[in-house]
Amino acid sequence: MKIHQLTYIAYCLKMDIFFYITAFVTLFSTIMVITRHNPVHALLYLVISLLSLSVIFFLLGAPFVALLEIIIYAGAIMVLFIFVIMLLNLGKETAAQEKAWLKPKIWIGPVILSTILLAELVYLITMAQPPSYTLQTVDSKAVAISLFGPYLIGVELAAMLLMAGVVGTAHIGQQKKTVLHRFLKEEEPS
Amino acid sequence: MNAPISIEMVMLLAGILFILGIAGVIIRKNIIFMLLSVEIMLNAAGLAFVAAGSRWAQPDGQVMFIFILTMAAAEVSVGLALILRIYHQHKSLDIDKLKEMKG
Repeated sequence: MKIHQLTYIAYCLKMDIFFYITAFVTLFSTIMVITRHNPVHALLYLVISLLSLSVIFFLLGAPFVALLEIIIYAGAIMVLFIFVIMLLNLGKETAAQEKAWLKPKIWIGPVILSTILLAELVYLITMAQPPSYTLQTVDSKAVAISLFGPYLIGVELAAMLLMAGVVGTAHIGQQKKTVLHRFLKEEEPS
Repeated sequence: MNAPISIEMVMLLAGILFILGIAGVIIRKNIIFMLLSVEIMLNAAGLAFVAAGSRWAQPDGQVMFIFILTMAAAEVSVGLALILRIYHQHKSLDIDKLKEMKG
């Protein structure tokens, strides 16, 4: 019985250390994302941030969401960003431009203000004393039952949102001649 | 029997990530970086949902994360299409150049 308790405490400590290392990686890579000059470097750091966040989801007992994070966020959405950066051909000039834009005089004010917000959040979160509990794994079966049971209307709304996104993207992205407002357009003989 | 990971720490991580996203939106002038920072903020919100869901061992947090994921995918596709159009019309990604979009 004692050995069992000891192994459980060791397991808890290991999970804790895992979590803190992963949280450090996440925070560091996120800070790198918002301070890089080159868009591609920022994107690669964001991929690292998403991957470490998915490790945190796994540690929290949500393996399905961890997989979704890797497949959809780090896979699909980041590929979209990379495609756009390749299409726009953003390179060294953009990096130099960003370097000129990112001066301490500009970012010091917002950073101080958001640090105040962060201090408030930290105070509010650490003030509460929650009771102890056990962390349980919520597997994908429970998520699916909940998703297609009580949240069915949400799934249908999400489908409509995705449809609207596809149609809107196709409409915005189609190549046209320069678009003039209808008042500026010359009257065409019909 | 105590928990392997304390939820306050996870909530703190989510809060710090959200603040970093806000700072990124405010301090950058390039639209692509602002979109990336919005992604960071959505991720932080999702992390808070998943942490709360695993705190009570309910699947609702993960369901909300899936909805956030859907919304982020739609938002990113529309946003990137808009960025492409803006770049073709203005040859720049500087948001200060878009002042002519009044209202």
